[in-house]
Amino acid sequence: MDMNEIKEIFFQECEEQLAELESGLLKLNDGDRDPETVNAVFRAVHSIKGGAGAFGLDDLVAFAHVFETTLDCVRSNKLEPNQDVLKVMLKSADVLADLTNAARDGGYVDESRSRALVKELEALANGEVPVASAEAPKAQPKPAVAAPTDDSGFQPIPFNFDGFDEDETPADAGQVYEISFKPRRDLYSKGNEAALLLRDLSRIGEMSINCDLESLPDLDKLDPEESYVSWMISLRTTRSEDEIRAVFEFAEWDCDLEVRAAEASPSGEELPMVPVPFDLSILNDDASAEAPAPSPTRDAAETPAAAAETATEASKMAAAAARVERKESAAATAAAAAASNTAAAAAGQTIRVDLDRVDRLINLVGELVINQAMLSQSVIENDTTGTSSINMGLEELQQLTREIQDSVMAIRAQPVKPVFQRMSRIVREVADMVGKSIRLVTEGENTEVDKTVIDKLAEPLTHMIRNAVDHGIETPEKREAAGKDPEGTIKLTAKHRSGRIVIELVDDGAGINRERVRQKAIDNDLIAADANLTDEEIDNLIFAPGFSTADKISDISGRGVGMDVVKRSIQALGGRISISSRPGQGSTFTMSLPLTLAVLDGMVVTVAGQTLVVPLTAIVETLQPEAAAVHSFGANQRLISIRNSFCPLVDVGRILNFRSTQANPVEGVALLVESEGGGQRALMVDAIQGQRQVVIKSLEANYTHVPGIAAATILGDGRVALILDVDAVVAASRGQSLKPEMSLAATG
Amino acid sequence: MSYAVKSVSQGDRELIAFRIGDQEFCVNIMSVREIRGWTPATPLPHAPAYVLGVINLRGAVLPIIDLSARLGMKASEPTARHVIIVAQVKSRVVGLLVEAVSDILTITDDNIQPVPEVSSDLEKQYAWGILAIDKRMICMIELGSLFPETESEAA
Repeated sequence: MDMNEIKEIFFQECEEQLAELESGLLKLNDGDRDPETVNAVFRAVHSIKGGAGAFGLDDLVAFAHVFETTLDCVRSNKLEPNQDVLKVMLKSADVLADLTNAARDGGYVDESRSRALVKELEALANGEVPVASAEAPKAQPKPAVAAPTDDSGFQPIPFNFDGFDEDETPADAGQVYEISFKPRRDLYSKGNEAALLLRDLSRIGEMSINCDLESLPDLDKLDPEESYVSWMISLRTTRSEDEIRAVFEFAEWDCDLEVRAAEASPSGEELPMVPVPFDLSILNDDASAEAPAPSPTRDAAETPAAAAETATEASKMAAAAARVERKESAAATAAAAAASNTAAAAAGQTIRVDLDRVDRLINLVGELVINQAMLSQSVIENDTTGTSSINMGLEELQQLTREIQDSVMAIRAQPVKPVFQRMSRIVREVADMVGKSIRLVTEGENTEVDKTVIDKLAEPLTHMIRNAVDHGIETPEKREAAGKDPEGTIKLTAKHRSGRIVIELVDDGAGINRERVRQKAIDNDLIAADANLTDEEIDNLIFAPGFSTADKISDISGRGVGMDVVKRSIQALGGRISISSRPGQGSTFTMSLPLTLAVLDGMVVTVAGQTLVVPLTAIVETLQPEAAAVHSFGANQRLISIRNSFCPLVDVGRILNFRSTQANPVEGVALLVESEGGGQRALMVDAIQGQRQVVIKSLEANYTHVPGIAAATILGDGRVALILDVDAVVAASRGQSLKPEMSLAATG
Repeated sequence: MSYAVKSVSQGDRELIAFRIGDQEFCVNIMSVREIRGWTPATPLPHAPAYVLGVINLRGAVLPIIDLSARLGMKASEPTARHVIIVAQVKSRVVGLLVEAVSDILTITDDNIQPVPEVSSDLEKQYAWGILAIDKRMICMIELGSLFPETESEAA
């Protein structure tokens, strides 16, 4: 694994940590005061800092460090996490995300913003915190990467720590603490290293250590992964007990730690145990060790007997340590990640898989489904009795393939959470920009949907959120005047409903101003001045192309590109969007999307001898036209009357150039479709073969985009069938020509 | 494709020769993925006459080009005896309908004669060189120039 791969893993983890950070901060914002939430937030920032340090990403480290310092104040209850504080912190989380992205692929970072936030964060930390305490956690073992695992360097040499701190702490000052440190098995399995912790401890005061080897079993009974060794430490320091505990902060869940103040006494005199020689020299291999080299001779001379006494035990310990370390080195990277997540709730086991591999699997399963269908078909054709064991076997095979397909699709399914989290940032930023106070409430963020849908969902959702903040929610003054909470609420929910995902965006703003919408629509020639529209029809006008109610064009919700773009992109995903609004109480946008883009429910139809698939979502109803209902209109237009309204008939075969003359409508079937831009059309096809779930295949991969055709699929007989692009066909029927965009077609 | 590197000489070239009408053509064997029999294609709307449609090649949608029509000769009437040469053209895979595969040739650059000056642009565009083997004339085709890719990237 080369450095870039490790770096890539780091950035992937950063993403997770940032998500953790944001959700933690949002929880705090909602009044959650669980110390574990604060810890989770702190850990997230700390892990990013640690990793960034290892890769020399200085900007990231610097910012994370300031952020961490402030969070530390919250953690130690020196700073109350009220709304103002959290506002700064949420912004900081955004900047941290920007910095991470910048470090990853050179994205844009607003430097003035990050500098301003650094100042704000520092102001929050507000001098109550000595710089030193911020330094202490910095000396923590960095997650992974560099822990030296050179066991050959482990030779017990007696020495004492006097040499470490002479220049830092006056020997005769401060309080003596008795610290009992007993690591548990988990401490090592998470990649922590007791010796590193002890070294950090040695930096904050004058220390003497006694190693308790009491519970160390004989070598043959020794479990290399178990923790047997504990330490009694006597530390003379000027620092507080909290700061001592801070040294163990990442390990405190995995060890028994006792810190108590002892009576001040001359150092070393009252130690109850015989000092066991303890070696920290290997630690100096670590590049980050700044401590002066220990001078073993002095101590050795003082306690030669002790050294001899414990030599055997020490070698035992060395063996144990060596084996533990080997184990650790194997798991180094993984363990580092685990260590940074110490107290995070034990989530289900997950693996990272390259998306390409999943896609390949999905493709293969698609093949399998087609193949199975082909096999079934040929067996049915050749086996008239329909009772043979082959038939039974085939049925089982069919069930199995269907199950495999469902399971494979489930692999790609992801919770919508990341998209929802991105929205909370947008709400914050846009609300800030327009001077409104808005809270985003999300629900059902664990609802799962195919990754491709998630990726494509972000854009329309962003647009809608911006709209809701900019136009939907009123200013605090207006809200108060209307007797509402000055803080607006936007609620984003996701849920599964009948094989689709339904996303609702509810704001408690002013609702749609129908008078204004109507006026605007008249001004823009969208409707006639005397048109008689229902409330619902007026509401839906906002989806009309080129419609925007904002009086002044703002940066926030764009220039004239409005909800029509949103509607288009939702429809491009095979989804639908609708709005309902109540004046003074807010609006609700409801989107319904397919769970996956890899398969599609389609109606298989025949047109001019060709088999086509029409997406089921586009079809409103199907009907058999009667001769009396079909009316000629002008030279070559035909209308069909459906329940007393007239709807243009569109011959699909003609539009696609499959035949030169219009088919007789009475002999075919009409599919009533609703398309973008509103309005219904009746698409004429020759016959309906049935409904089927089809696997979508790209035409563009080997050919080029074909106008009027959305994609291709492979049917049970192994032949390729084309999937109709209903919107393009309808547009073509309005006179816009289906322009062939050719490349393979291009003659030079 | 690899023809573009005309300077890479010395080494032997391997080519697949095939017949269209009474003429013989050949392409670099490295661009050929497989050769298979003709299966009816699903026609594409608004496609040029030489695009016969698409077929299912083990799950991929493969466009079928009538090479005869593409080279400006008369359109083929595919029968079961026709074959499809599945070829990689830049990032795409296309199926070329030809009458029959006739030979696999190993040649050196010395065998290649330049294309004589002819009036037609079409021939000049795709013909890369001419081989004279056993009194036969075999035209070397540059597939990349027959199916330019650039425009579709924008589409």
